[in-house]
Amino acid sequence: MLSFTIRRLLLAIPTLLFISLVIFLLLEASPGDPLGDVPLTVPPEVRERMRAALGLGEPWPIRYVLWLKQFFWVEPLHWFDQIFGTGFAADMQRIISFQSRSPVFDVIAQRVPQTLTVVGMSYVVGILIAIPIGILSAYKQYSWFDQIGTFVSMIGFSMPTFFTGVVLIIIFGVNLQWFPSVYDTTLVVRDFDSFLAQMRQMIMPVTVLALYNAAQISRFMRSSMLDNLGQDYVRTARAKGLSEKVVVLKHVLRNSLIPVVTVIALGLPAVFGGAIITEQVFKVNGLGQLLITAIHGNDIPMVLTLTFIFAILIVVFTLIADILYGVLDPRIRYD
Amino acid sequence: MTDTTKDTILTAAAGNAATPAASGPPVVPPTKNRSQWADVWRQFRSHRGAMVALVLLVGIILFVSIGPLLWRIDPTFVDIRARNQGFSLAHPFGTDQLGRDLLARLMAGGQVSIAVGLTAMGIAIVIGSLIGVVAGYFRRLDGPLMRVTELFLALPLLPLLLLMVTLFREPLSQTFGSAFGIFLLIVSAIGATSWMQAARIVRGEVLGLKEREFILAARSIGTPSHKMITRHILPNVLSPIMVAATLGIATAIITESALSFLGLGFPPDFPTWGRLLYDAVDQMVLYPARVIFPGVLISLTVLCVNYIGDGLRDAMDPRIRGR
Repeated sequence: MLSFTIRRLLLAIPTLLFISLVIFLLLEASPGDPLGDVPLTVPPEVRERMRAALGLGEPWPIRYVLWLKQFFWVEPLHWFDQIFGTGFAADMQRIISFQSRSPVFDVIAQRVPQTLTVVGMSYVVGILIAIPIGILSAYKQYSWFDQIGTFVSMIGFSMPTFFTGVVLIIIFGVNLQWFPSVYDTTLVVRDFDSFLAQMRQMIMPVTVLALYNAAQISRFMRSSMLDNLGQDYVRTARAKGLSEKVVVLKHVLRNSLIPVVTVIALGLPAVFGGAIITEQVFKVNGLGQLLITAIHGNDIPMVLTLTFIFAILIVVFTLIADILYGVLDPRIRYD
Repeated sequence: MTDTTKDTILTAAAGNAATPAASGPPVVPPTKNRSQWADVWRQFRSHRGAMVALVLLVGIILFVSIGPLLWRIDPTFVDIRARNQGFSLAHPFGTDQLGRDLLARLMAGGQVSIAVGLTAMGIAIVIGSLIGVVAGYFRRLDGPLMRVTELFLALPLLPLLLLMVTLFREPLSQTFGSAFGIFLLIVSAIGATSWMQAARIVRGEVLGLKEREFILAARSIGTPSHKMITRHILPNVLSPIMVAATLGIATAIITESALSFLGLGFPPDFPTWGRLLYDAVDQMVLYPARVIFPGVLISLTVLCVNYIGDGLRDAMDPRIRGR
């Protein structure tokens, strides 16, 4: 197991390097010019100096290596400095956003909490809905509950989140006026009232994402339960007189959760990506919204860093899923 | 031996030489002229959800393809005096903020959305099956090709799609014209980022097939590799490819409308369902119907395609078929 983990970690490094190179070259090949908005009256030599100030003067391999150094060496050193009060990275250049002229990671750090509260909450809610539904529809296969569950989850992942979000806004935000349709990120939870306000504004985005996730996870849960319910050990458990509750909730559920846990781990990074749309619908200024404004503004360092962080999330969670699978299921051997 | 059993064995031997998996002892009472596709169709018909979905999908396709021939208002015709109208005889679904007829726009938008879905799926399936078959069949290429597939799976797709579309829309629309350039860009971007699942499924199937006796038999009479693939491998992996293709249409339609919804899809004068939804969001408080119609059409199409995929999977699986 340990050697497998180490091997996979070592393999993840070239993968990530390759992905970062792909993203970098894609941005490099783009015809967009970060100085496109600079007025034409600016003389060419000043323009050249501006390019150099943005770090655009060098050829791309040098800039790529520089960016790698900033991402993997300067930024971690900077965090280390911040935590322990040392000065290793004092005179090193951090990754600077073209748009805001502030370090990219500071901006990201401001946006992460919004994304995490909304996305994380919705994933948790989605799992909590999906697992009981999956268990029940598998246990009562082809019953009306199962039929309806299948139909609803089919609808759940056929309706794009931008449509469910807009429909919820029309119904609950506009017609019924129950919840605010725009997410207010300046809200600070201080007392019970502001907590209530935070809850109210979170309900709609969380519902949208949770429904979408629940639809997928409940299908996995159902089929995994069905696989296990037909196994011999279930018959044995029943034959030795265990109650139905123990058989289903203890023996079958534990075994069926193994693949579902890995699916949940694999789905987490995709949720961050999918949240881009939901954030846009409800005007949550999280990571997705940051990415979109950065793309529109030709903010190359920001786009590069954000996309690469998404890639890291995917690689890391794939690894976690593989390891979890091996840990949870003793039948799986990675040798 | 009775006549019926002889008949089944004969048809099984004649019609399904390349698909031994499908020629198990059938339980369904055999009729004359049974072919594999008739079997699949019979099983498919017994899946009620898939049949309803098929009828609905054919309805939607007729609506967007035949509809414009009957409803002859130009979807881009601006009638500024008739803007923001409700439902009327002249405009059954009303008009938008520029007075363009919504029914005509829904039809035109549907054509683009479905065309994008089909083309992107086609690209993804061709790449996916090619890589899957080659990786499964040639052992030496298996490792590198699967590494590439894993690399693509690790790419953050939606951010990359957004990037590709923003970065390359200008040059492409200059060379190919704005509508066709964007179409080409979106279709190839979606296709190039969604072939991985198909490749993995196909590779798995091919690896399993290679161990079968009929492949050994074909090899023993000296069949060259390209003939092996086209005559023996491809027909046998057709069913997983078809299922993957069906589900791929759904994903492609959703991705296209998501791009349009983020304002990074087709240009404004070129309606697609996602674009119509995006344009209507600004005024959804006053005119919610304009959001609902394209949204419902997207969801309905995707739902139908998903159900059809589900039915196809059951119908194509010889272990389920005939039960």
